[in-house]
Amino acid sequence: MKRLNRSRGGTIALFGFIAIIACFSAFPMVLVVGNSLKSLSELWKFPPTIFPKNPTLKNYVDMFNAMSSSVVPFSRYLVNTILITVLGTLANVIAGSMAAYSLCKLHYPGRDFIFGLVVKALMFNTTVTAIPLYVIMSNLGIVDSLWSVILPTLGSTLSLYLIKQFMEQSIPDSILEAARLDGASEWRVFWKIIMPNIKPAWCTAILLSVQTYWNTLPNMLIYSEEKKTLAYVLNQISASGLSRAGVTAAITVFMMIVPITVFLASQSQVLQTMATSGMKD
Amino acid sequence: MKKKNTKKKYTKKQILTGYAFLAPFLIAFAVFTILPMVASIVLSFTYFNGFVWPDFVGLSNYIKLFLKDELFMKAISNTLVFALVTGPVSYFLSLTLAWIISEFSRKIRSVLTLIFYAPSICGGVYLVFTIIFNGDRYGWINSFLLNHNIIYEPIQWTTDPTYMIYVAILVILWSSLGTSFLSFIAGFLNVDQTMYEAGAIDGVSNRWQELWYITLPSMKPQLLFGAVMSITGSFGVGPILDGLFGNPSTDYALYTMVHELSDYANTRLELGYASAIATVLFIIMLVANRFVQKIISKVGE
Repeated sequence: MKRLNRSRGGTIALFGFIAIIACFSAFPMVLVVGNSLKSLSELWKFPPTIFPKNPTLKNYVDMFNAMSSSVVPFSRYLVNTILITVLGTLANVIAGSMAAYSLCKLHYPGRDFIFGLVVKALMFNTTVTAIPLYVIMSNLGIVDSLWSVILPTLGSTLSLYLIKQFMEQSIPDSILEAARLDGASEWRVFWKIIMPNIKPAWCTAILLSVQTYWNTLPNMLIYSEEKKTLAYVLNQISASGLSRAGVTAAITVFMMIVPITVFLASQSQVLQTMATSGMKD
Repeated sequence: MKKKNTKKKYTKKQILTGYAFLAPFLIAFAVFTILPMVASIVLSFTYFNGFVWPDFVGLSNYIKLFLKDELFMKAISNTLVFALVTGPVSYFLSLTLAWIISEFSRKIRSVLTLIFYAPSICGGVYLVFTIIFNGDRYGWINSFLLNHNIIYEPIQWTTDPTYMIYVAILVILWSSLGTSFLSFIAGFLNVDQTMYEAGAIDGVSNRWQELWYITLPSMKPQLLFGAVMSITGSFGVGPILDGLFGNPSTDYALYTMVHELSDYANTRLELGYASAIATVLFIIMLVANRFVQKIISKVGE
């Protein structure tokens, strides 16, 4: 569609500006992919190269070898990370959607107050609650277990907020009334009408939660080696010296693939959800 | 939040169904967010080491915090510097990039969105900056500057406090185009097109006026939401920097409230004192939110 008020010079200037920033933004990712395909000698060649001259998959092979050779097999960290990501995301999406339905479409005392608390909770970073949280978790007996990472996702406020805002604008009450008149229970209404119609919102919740839990580094809550996550190993290996730079790059790329794939798959849904993300003051 | 004055009668079934759907979230929210928040405020007035019952000590944690703890003053000023620089810059960067991106066709838009958003979702990639900012002559930046005779000695980018802060801000900004950025793109894409036509008739003559008088006011809710996300994010920086600068960093140049918090909580087990730190951080974030919301409500006036 032809837009009004567009000068050609302005368009060119803006395009140049955005091209420069895009290069800066993409450079570290391009470099890490390049490095993961370089041999060790090429990695430390000077002057350095961005793209590998003789690409090799050796770093990836080494990465999988490292999986079986360390004290705690690398695959253990992978399984932990996958468990946390899958269970955490499911918990987050289902509990968030149920709560959003309740806060948006059901009527009972205390509802607006609770949503007010949810919005307030968006306004501070969870680091401020870390200490009492630790005390509470140790009282619940879930410190040093994967549950200490998974259970709190049930109470994640950001996905609840986004789902609720989306639901408010995309599902008219009349559809729900019609279904209820037909004798559908609230549980049925939720699964048959609500969930299929708020797909963009829960795709967004999936993206946000996969990205959080895939990269999670629960240093404070989990201390047994065999319960640690991939992000932890990545930090360990990259701290263990320059000779592992190639493997580090390979693991970094491996870590990148999951969130980026999820984002590619959900981008248009996410933008639909974000269109309703606005906050009233 | 508006209070409704209508006194409505709810049936028992309505109340039960409502809370049944809310329950999984509400229980977790209460246990893992509300309770710790309240506990943190209460504990900040006590001496507590995690093993024996907390002792009430009045304001002494706060007195120690503001009067005697030099490291705390360092942490709070670093945190504020980070938040005051990276918060607003990242916010306006998100907004500007989202605005430009929204002018492109769908395909280019998707690619650009991915490029800008990806750093915020790819946890470990920032570690590449250790190669780029390596302190010896072979670090990328150093070798470039040395070869062009701009500098004569390699610069210790990640260990010299003079330069660390700039490198840190750069890395934080690089990875900060997150949820608010996406929200802004959606905001720009969903402005009612007829408003532009109406604006053109009313004398809006270039894209800057269009932006200020039509686009921004109509996406105010997104601007508010984005601000909340940016503020929450900008006060939490710290851990992401450890991989690059080490913890503790040289001269505590990048020591933030988050570090101070985990130092007292995990290493020294002075949980009461750490709670006082957390409470101060909490209050700063709420005040920042109030302040920013006031400013945003003035957009387009």
